[in-house]
Amino acid sequence: MDLGSLQRRYIDFTSALLREGILDGQFTQLQQLQDESNPDFVLEVVTLFFEDSEKLLNELSRTLEQQVVDFKKVDAHVHQLKGSSASIGAQKVKDVCMAFRNYCEEMNQEGCLNCLRQVKDQYLLVKNKLETLFMLEQQILAAGGSIPMMW
Amino acid sequence: MGSGILEDSENEVLPSMWPDDIGNEDRKKFNIEKPQMAGDMLKDVTIKKDPSKMEADYKRLAELTNYTERGSSQLAYFAKHLEYKQVHAATLLNEELNILSKQRQEVELKRLEILKEQQLDEEKYSGSNRRPFSVLDEVCDIWGRVPKRRIDVPAYNKKVDIDAEYGTISYWEECALQLNKMLEASIEREQTLMQKLEENIKYLEMKSSPVEELSQILKRADNFLHFILQNAPVVIGHQDQELRYRFIYNHFPSLAEEEIIGKTDMEILTGDGVKEIQDFKREVLERGKPAKREMNFNTPLFGAKTFLIFVEPIFSTKGEKLGINYLSMDITDQVARREKMIKLREEIAVQEAKEKELNRTIHITEETMRAKQMLATMSHEIRSPLAGVVSMAEILAATKLDYEQRQLLDVMISSGDLVLQLINDILDLSKVESGAMKLEATKFRPREVVRHVLQSAAASLKKELTLEAHVADEVPIEVIGDVLRLRQILTNLISNAIKFTHEGKVGIDVCVVYQNCPGCQEEQLKVGSGASVSPLTRLSADSHKQSSNDSETSHCPCQEELECKTIQKAPTVDDTEKNRSQHESIVWLQCNVYDTGIGIPEKALPSLFKKYMQASDDHARKYGGTGLGLAICKHLAELMGGSIRVTSQEHNGSKFTFVLPFRVPSKQDSDDADEMDITDSKALSESITDEIVGSFLFTNLKLGESVVSKTNLFGSCKYGASDMLNQLMEESKESTSPPSASPNSDVISTVAKSEVLAEQKRFGSANERDEERACAKEGVAVNFNMVSYSTEKIENLPYERIMSCGGVKYQSTCQSQDLEKDNGNAQCLSNCRQPRILLVEDNRINILVAQKMMKQLHHTIDIVNNGLEAIHALQRFHYDLVLMDVCMPVMDGLQATRLIRSFEDHGYWDASVKIEDKHATANSDWPPFYPAAEKCRKRIPIIAMTANTESAANCLANGMDSFISKPATLRNLKQCLQQYLPC
Repeated sequence: MDLGSLQRRYIDFTSALLREGILDGQFTQLQQLQDESNPDFVLEVVTLFFEDSEKLLNELSRTLEQQVVDFKKVDAHVHQLKGSSASIGAQKVKDVCMAFRNYCEEMNQEGCLNCLRQVKDQYLLVKNKLETLFMLEQQILAAGGSIPMMW
Repeated sequence: MGSGILEDSENEVLPSMWPDDIGNEDRKKFNIEKPQMAGDMLKDVTIKKDPSKMEADYKRLAELTNYTERGSSQLAYFAKHLEYKQVHAATLLNEELNILSKQRQEVELKRLEILKEQQLDEEKYSGSNRRPFSVLDEVCDIWGRVPKRRIDVPAYNKKVDIDAEYGTISYWEECALQLNKMLEASIEREQTLMQKLEENIKYLEMKSSPVEELSQILKRADNFLHFILQNAPVVIGHQDQELRYRFIYNHFPSLAEEEIIGKTDMEILTGDGVKEIQDFKREVLERGKPAKREMNFNTPLFGAKTFLIFVEPIFSTKGEKLGINYLSMDITDQVARREKMIKLREEIAVQEAKEKELNRTIHITEETMRAKQMLATMSHEIRSPLAGVVSMAEILAATKLDYEQRQLLDVMISSGDLVLQLINDILDLSKVESGAMKLEATKFRPREVVRHVLQSAAASLKKELTLEAHVADEVPIEVIGDVLRLRQILTNLISNAIKFTHEGKVGIDVCVVYQNCPGCQEEQLKVGSGASVSPLTRLSADSHKQSSNDSETSHCPCQEELECKTIQKAPTVDDTEKNRSQHESIVWLQCNVYDTGIGIPEKALPSLFKKYMQASDDHARKYGGTGLGLAICKHLAELMGGSIRVTSQEHNGSKFTFVLPFRVPSKQDSDDADEMDITDSKALSESITDEIVGSFLFTNLKLGESVVSKTNLFGSCKYGASDMLNQLMEESKESTSPPSASPNSDVISTVAKSEVLAEQKRFGSANERDEERACAKEGVAVNFNMVSYSTEKIENLPYERIMSCGGVKYQSTCQSQDLEKDNGNAQCLSNCRQPRILLVEDNRINILVAQKMMKQLHHTIDIVNNGLEAIHALQRFHYDLVLMDVCMPVMDGLQATRLIRSFEDHGYWDASVKIEDKHATANSDWPPFYPAAEKCRKRIPIIAMTANTESAANCLANGMDSFISKPATLRNLKQCLQQYLPC
């Protein structure tokens, strides 16, 4: 694949993510923040997001499996996840987190578990997409091109 | 004869034994329907006829009955009744006589007829058909109406039955015979009638004795009265118009008849009440109307008794007063009972009233407590938004405004400030009153405090006044106590003094009134034992220097107060503490705040320190203020174990004097406590200057130029480095307190002196902010490093320097935790001139993003992970802006903001976030830096970072200034920084 199509694909892919609502403007904000002084900023942030989210999701699964669910703890975790996902612009994850917190407030274990499944799905989805995006980036960079700007 | 009368009299077979009409009243009282039965009843009752009970003057009684109306009517009735009875009896007799005589006439007539018939029969043989008739035919009816008597009338044949043939001799013989028989029977009947008549007459004679009847009636009445009265506790009496007893009935007589009759009450009785009753009786007699009254007697005869007395005047038929009847009843027991009841009722009423009062008091107390609490809460709630209004107004004042707008804004700001001050005062006072105010024990320099107070007073001075201060030489360079409270008192008094002084000067004098040395405590104990003792408890002590359990009792006679105060501390735990406490000494500092103002009228002096009291309403109008300031000063001084008083002369100024005890830090203390660094030589030199300068003079110039002159101990300020060192040495030697400058510091000060001159030139007139920045720069220049913390120590390093140096350290710690790869140190240091921003955020990703954004905005930020850490950071360093996440572990942003605002308003941190707190991050062993905190007391803008906008209102309510919705965008952040950062 030549550089031009790679770059086009990158743009298409990113716009699709934004259009589908998997990502939102916050992600573009992150991209804007990336500059020469810190060329891997987005990757760093997203990697951190993956690390944190996986930890949180594991923690959530464990907490919700308990006989007596500590909803306060669950809520704190979901809050974290929500904050992180909002920060990187993983909109769908964030949206599910909001529903998740409502169930937490109601102490609805069923709803929480349901949300946990959804949030996992959404997380995996966004992770998948982002990994693809980074792969594209790598390829573009490897091809000696520059990452096309979305704005 | 009228049959009607007969009928009447016959129905009344036996007239009532009871007098029908003894008088209307009497009738009502003694209405007995069957007097006979009553009589029978009376027969069964044994009536004790105790003549002694009834003492009567019969002659008088007769007179009475004769002369009084009632008496006469009674007699008239008796007479009438008797007359009637007599008339009645006579009628009866007459009737019967009439009847009898009639019968006799008839019988006579019949006999004549019979005889005539016999003649006729004899003459006219054939004889006529004569009808036989009964002699009593005609009277039969009369008797019939008197059935009782008719029974006595025998029936007899009306026909003469003759069996023999008429006209024969035998017939006539038989006829004559029968007629003879009839005649005989008739005669016989006549005889019985006569007999009966005689009997009747006899009966009538027997019965109709009027005297007997009367006496019987009287006897019955008498019996009845006796029956009624025999056990009644009553005394009945009659007294004549001279009030002499004529009749008395007393069931329980204590005097013989002759002792009473004919005498007056006064003559019989002696004691209380006798005269009164006599007067009462006389009164009734004179007024002619019956009356009832309760009277108390206390006579030797029957003791203390209460009688209910009824007195009734008696009139003659002509209306003349004859005397009185009286009836009295002993109601002593009832009265006693009644009075007891009244007393009980009164007691109950009193009890109820008391209870009510108590309930009300309780209610009021509760209400007051609630109101106070409410006031405190409200004040707190009001303060945050108000602070927002005022600060906004201040920002507005910095914008371009026309003259009118500026004037309006000035009014707005000054009013806002006034309200803020009022609320702060109320909060302070309620805090002190509720005992919630805690004292801090920190090391501070009295001279510096005095200088700061005057400096800030001078900054806002709008009059042509001279502010001066003199701290006596013997005042230790450093003491331990609650510097904030001391400042508060001084500031309050100074601002008061300035307010009421229009020309002349306002000043502070500080001197030592008493200092105890560690060795002579025992003696003082003995000396002070007789004097009054007031305990002073140090509520909070620097944990580093002194465990809160360490105890020491010493009596410090204060020469001004002429009283002794005991300074108590908690008991000792370990030996080292004990040793230290022995080295510790107490110094009593007397501060005089004087002015040349309007003074205080003498009458206003006693209430001067009371709440909401001002010298007069006029003053309040003219000078404003809340009237709480002095009350707070007094409370604070007392809380610290000291006292405050005032001397003043109207128009000649006032002098407020307060005396407070402080501890003097020992040498050991200084060494232990001050783990500070000396990297900044200029700082040291500055500190040395401050140490020895005891006198200040300010006028109303701008803050930066306010220090007109500093005079040191020897009169004039010499900034030569060698002189400085000499002074320092001398000061150390002269000082009565343990030398506060350690050898270490001496050495270093020598090093430092070389820079003193240059620094003075460079920064002599610079304001504090410039100093701080310069210092920070210097910190960079000397390549400040961690090692310096432990190797080089000195006390008395100016806090500003510590703050910025420490800031570097702290920041690097944070960053190494959060973002190790970043070369934040260098970054930060190079940006030290820039506004300092603190980000409080727990989410790593958010931190990363925010940091990146800020970097792009050319700001560096310090990062802490929760509210508590934020507070600890603020306790040490000055920040220009805080970005605060709301939802965080340990302490959320709202609470942290509340605590920060509370500190800004009160000048002290809530107990839960004290510096000594274990939660303090890397620097838990740092002594508190209140002067650093002083800087923070300017309201820091705190911006909330919140995901949901609904909580925005909550953020503002908790004292935050604004909010950025999360996730934060570059634009939002930029806007916010532009708005809230001064540059």
